[in-house]
Amino acid sequence: MSIYLKFSGCLLAAALAAAPLAAIAEPPPTFTPATAGPKAPDPQGFLQRWLLLEPITKPNRSNTGFTGTYVRQALTTPYFPDQFGTVPRNGQTETVAGTPLTWHAVDTNLFDVKLFNFAQSLGKPTYGVIFWAVTVVDSPREMANVRLAVGSNSASMWWVNGKEAAGLFGDRRMVMDDVVSPPLTLHKGRNIVRGAVINGPGLSDFCVRFLDANGQPIRDITLTTR
Amino acid sequence: MKLFTAIGAALLLALPNAAGAQLAGEPFIHDPSTIAYSDGKYYTFGTGSGGLVSEDGWTWHRGGERPGGGVAPDIIHIGERYYVVYAVGGGGMNGGHASNVKVMWTKSLDPKSPEFGYHDVGIVASSNGKEDQDAIDPAFLLAKGHLWLSYGTYFGYIRIVELNPKTGQRVAGNKPVDVAIDMEATDLMYRDGWYYLLGTHGTCCDGPNSSYNIRVGRSRSPLGPYVDNMGVPLLKGGGKLVIAGRGRDYGPGHFGLLDLGDGVEKFSMHYESDMDRGGRSVLAISPLLWKDGWPVAGENLAPGTYEIQSERSGGALELATDFVRIAFDFRRSFSSPAGAELKPIPNQTLAQDSTMWPSGPIAVDLGDYMIRPHQQWTITPVPEAGGAFGAPYYRIGIAGTDRVLAATAENTVVAQPAFTGAAEQLWRIDQLTDGTYRIMPRQPLHSTKPVVLVAIGASSPVLEPFNPAGDSGRWTFKKP
Repeated sequence: MSIYLKFSGCLLAAALAAAPLAAIAEPPPTFTPATAGPKAPDPQGFLQRWLLLEPITKPNRSNTGFTGTYVRQALTTPYFPDQFGTVPRNGQTETVAGTPLTWHAVDTNLFDVKLFNFAQSLGKPTYGVIFWAVTVVDSPREMANVRLAVGSNSASMWWVNGKEAAGLFGDRRMVMDDVVSPPLTLHKGRNIVRGAVINGPGLSDFCVRFLDANGQPIRDITLTTR
Repeated sequence: MKLFTAIGAALLLALPNAAGAQLAGEPFIHDPSTIAYSDGKYYTFGTGSGGLVSEDGWTWHRGGERPGGGVAPDIIHIGERYYVVYAVGGGGMNGGHASNVKVMWTKSLDPKSPEFGYHDVGIVASSNGKEDQDAIDPAFLLAKGHLWLSYGTYFGYIRIVELNPKTGQRVAGNKPVDVAIDMEATDLMYRDGWYYLLGTHGTCCDGPNSSYNIRVGRSRSPLGPYVDNMGVPLLKGGGKLVIAGRGRDYGPGHFGLLDLGDGVEKFSMHYESDMDRGGRSVLAISPLLWKDGWPVAGENLAPGTYEIQSERSGGALELATDFVRIAFDFRRSFSSPAGAELKPIPNQTLAQDSTMWPSGPIAVDLGDYMIRPHQQWTITPVPEAGGAFGAPYYRIGIAGTDRVLAATAENTVVAQPAFTGAAEQLWRIDQLTDGTYRIMPRQPLHSTKPVVLVAIGASSPVLEPFNPAGDSGRWTFKKP
């Protein structure tokens, strides 16, 4: 059992005394700064290059309150200027409720983007937060009838070229291809994918890829952050 | 978890057991271990000290002793030892994610046994609080001479390590292997060359708002890669559903295999919330089926009226009475006068069928199912008579009558005129792994040669030991 996802005040957790441990080792990093050149998706088509904004504090003691209504309201609230507009620059700062937050252009070596680790590595809050993520997909041609396939922990919303593509509501675990969007079109050239993930307690991460009309991952695209 | 002992047991004992699928007694537990048999009783331990004990797998009471505290233990019986594994630390916010998985052993689980007494083996796995791992919820698997241990939660990876089955210690030099994400409360099974990793998805610890459900993936190697029925790796969040909440029971989690032998497999779990017991977390036992190489939850037989059909012959269990024709001109089957009204014809009534039935006991045989009242049996749980391994004893009676199926001293079956509640009129109905059922009269649980209802001929039912290799002891219940 794991109660961290739900109850900050669970009697069980409070009663458990941590046992003596061996020397604590830092986990290996899963992120590196995004390189200058374009990046292809991984062999399964997962997008591994993102601009991530340091987490916005949004306290939630439980993830069970992530109804569609709540999440939609929480993730469409304006937090910073041009939130749904241009692609931010690496190092750009947004001020949210008086707190400066910085965009980081990163590559991940995993299929998923571990937001918890991202925040933890920066010494930022990991629980009760909203993460914003943006990537730029460069398509070699117009691709019709493709679908955005998303998994996230916990709830999230996703937009492609400014249009809402997917919403993952409720207390979500991250499962690949959990929610698949209606068919959409990737323009030839630059396409902007934008997402926001909200989490109460527990780990948070997401995985995103595009599927073609046959459900196969699309790999002949590249990713940039500009 | 202190809450688990707070409510008066007397009140709970008085609660109705209307569903017939819920265990009797005070089966209150969270994170139950695999059920283990020791000294004539069945034990399971949960989070916190102690656990539950039962003599029949149906009625459970508080009992057993498990020192060490911590959470979510598991038990395995190897040779003379019962190894118990549990975790101290981790599990969440206040506990953080730094935890140790510890093993101890005893030769008996019965605190009254002279063989009872725990011996500490020590720490076999850990998480350091910073890595993507939370070393709790351990579970054993002994397969092909190797002792495996899975552990972990949603906080990062589920991992597997190998232990020495002779000592319970970690095999020297063994490294943990990541096998899944987005799971907790894992367990392992081995069957027909496949390793199965079961785990719980969803939310725990929130009563009827818990979305716990049990999932599975499989692999040819104990160390993975495990994938689900769609080929989605468990390392990418996959998992085929085994069981979700249903009826009055919400949030199943913490799978534990209960192999009763002879092709009867069940599994233990807890429901996060039993709505008939104030929403408390309870132990549950359900049949385990196998379909196309995947484990799925079966169901206890639902009360109702059925044809009881032999898998051997297709014959219907019936009173051996004279056949009564339904008044019918056979020529109507082929033609009717032009413009004739096609009126519905009622089925034969009990009164029409039973005209010639003797008042005393009536022999029982098998015959072609003719949709006749003497072939239709009403199955009624009799929870006040107890039960076995997750199912209550049942009364099996001819629908609309007092007549009930009974075992005889000669190992035959007969329909007696009235239900008395005697043991020979109580039936244990276990769903088998193929979805059919085994029907056996109430008898001592540990009989050396338990008997079940068997079609020894196409039309002849008797009571004989069960042969899992054939269909003669398998039955299905069909809506009449």
